[in-house]
Amino acid sequence: MNIYLEGVLAAMGINILLALSARAILATDRLSLGNAGFMAIGAYVSAYLTVSLGWDLYPAIAVGGSAAAAIGLLVGLPVLRLQGIYFVMGTLAFGEVVRTFFQNFEPTGGAYGMRGMFGTTLTMIYVFVAAFLVLFLALGRSRLGYVADALHDDDEAARSIGINVDLLRLLAFAWGGLIAGIAGALFAHYALYIESGNFNFLVSANAVLFVILGGVQTVWGAILGAVIFSLLPEGLRFLADWRLSAYGVILVGLMILRPEGILTRAMLRRLAGFFVRKP
Amino acid sequence: MTALLEFSQVSKAFGGVLAVDELSFTLDRGELVGLIGPNGAGKTTVFNLASGVQRLSRGEVLFRGVKISATSPTRIARSGIARTFQNIRLFRSLTVLEHVLVAQSCRSASLLTQMLPFASATDRTLRRQALAVLEVFGLADRRDELAVHLPYGGQRRLEIARAIATAPELLLLDEPAAGLNDSETAELSGILETLRAQGYTILLVEHDMNLVMRLCSRILVLNFGRLIASGTPAEVRGSQEVIDAYLGVAD
Repeated sequence: MNIYLEGVLAAMGINILLALSARAILATDRLSLGNAGFMAIGAYVSAYLTVSLGWDLYPAIAVGGSAAAAIGLLVGLPVLRLQGIYFVMGTLAFGEVVRTFFQNFEPTGGAYGMRGMFGTTLTMIYVFVAAFLVLFLALGRSRLGYVADALHDDDEAARSIGINVDLLRLLAFAWGGLIAGIAGALFAHYALYIESGNFNFLVSANAVLFVILGGVQTVWGAILGAVIFSLLPEGLRFLADWRLSAYGVILVGLMILRPEGILTRAMLRRLAGFFVRKP
Repeated sequence: MTALLEFSQVSKAFGGVLAVDELSFTLDRGELVGLIGPNGAGKTTVFNLASGVQRLSRGEVLFRGVKISATSPTRIARSGIARTFQNIRLFRSLTVLEHVLVAQSCRSASLLTQMLPFASATDRTLRRQALAVLEVFGLADRRDELAVHLPYGGQRRLEIARAIATAPELLLLDEPAAGLNDSETAELSGILETLRAQGYTILLVEHDMNLVMRLCSRILVLNFGRLIASGTPAEVRGSQEVIDAYLGVAD
């Protein structure tokens, strides 16, 4: 496979993971703009383990992801007390704190960044994508999936039937942290070189954008969003300098034409009906 | 025997306004009690205090003799108090059946069992129970529709069905007849009688006086957060204070 195509597909896989991570949190009616922070934690922790301590890649990915999830629990406790835009601001601050921390933290290279990581293959990335997709689909069909829908739709009514809204939000936040952390670990060992700038606010914003444009109602929306908006900038390369402007115009157009996102539940149901119906 | 629910000298202040003022009353097991009063009398606040949505300022609320006035809404719901809402609060992405299934799962509480797919054996039992609940509320044949597509009366009934599905001992119903037409109200009244016969204890906030007078064994009357009368429907109807509260007093 040529290197350009492989690079595009790898970035797309990482983006899918980031979209899933954003969706995990959005599914509980909270919008996080700090997932790049989780990604950075997964990336730097795993890179430190493989480069400085000589660990194998898989345990390093596991520990990197778990570290991000653990930080998610710690940070989630106070931040999830905030609502609406205050929660968004809190997560945004979290992401920036993490980025600045690694910019100044000498043991992982500080402003010079880190190199020496290797080992992530395209197959590995997509095995993780497939694994998380299966988990999402299974959870969506479980009782917990309906519970999550309930608390997403109405906090107070959910509490009134005994749903532990706060605990579930916290777990969802950590779950999103785990996925972004693993995405970060994979990214670090694919990109060969990382610096704190790789994990800036735009990465978090894009993750949310994929989900909202693809469709927040289903997991497939998140995946479709990540796929389309990873490939679109590449497809627009013929426009040269106008590429990113065209990309922006397309985003705005989509928001106007399909405010619920490209894929909705009703649409999936219609599609399913179309294929199931007998002639 | 201790009362099922007891309000003891409960006050709730919003800023300088006392929404509930030194309110004391008890509910015994199996009673269907009406809570009435003019708009703004503090009826919904009483519900919010009993279900933990709001914290009281003074006094205490006891459920089965245990203080619950500092307990979270989730815990209170799990301990056996269920409520409905004055402005209907259904889940817009769930179907009718799913509303009942979700509410049931508050008891099969373990997070891990909830993560298992829907096919297990306990699940089939729960599903059967859910359908039985929908049957009582006349919603069984619309079980797979989105709840928000139900007609208004159906939505009101589903709110009660969802509350019942949590297997409560005490049911707090906030204006279940509001906005219903005559035939829907009759249907609701039948359901309430069934629930009373099944042994649920019910506290009913309602403006439909015919319904309240006919169903309730006892009525509490609130005005400006204070209990101004309580007794049988006949006693309350004859009370001068109640008549003044509803009609006003000439200067």
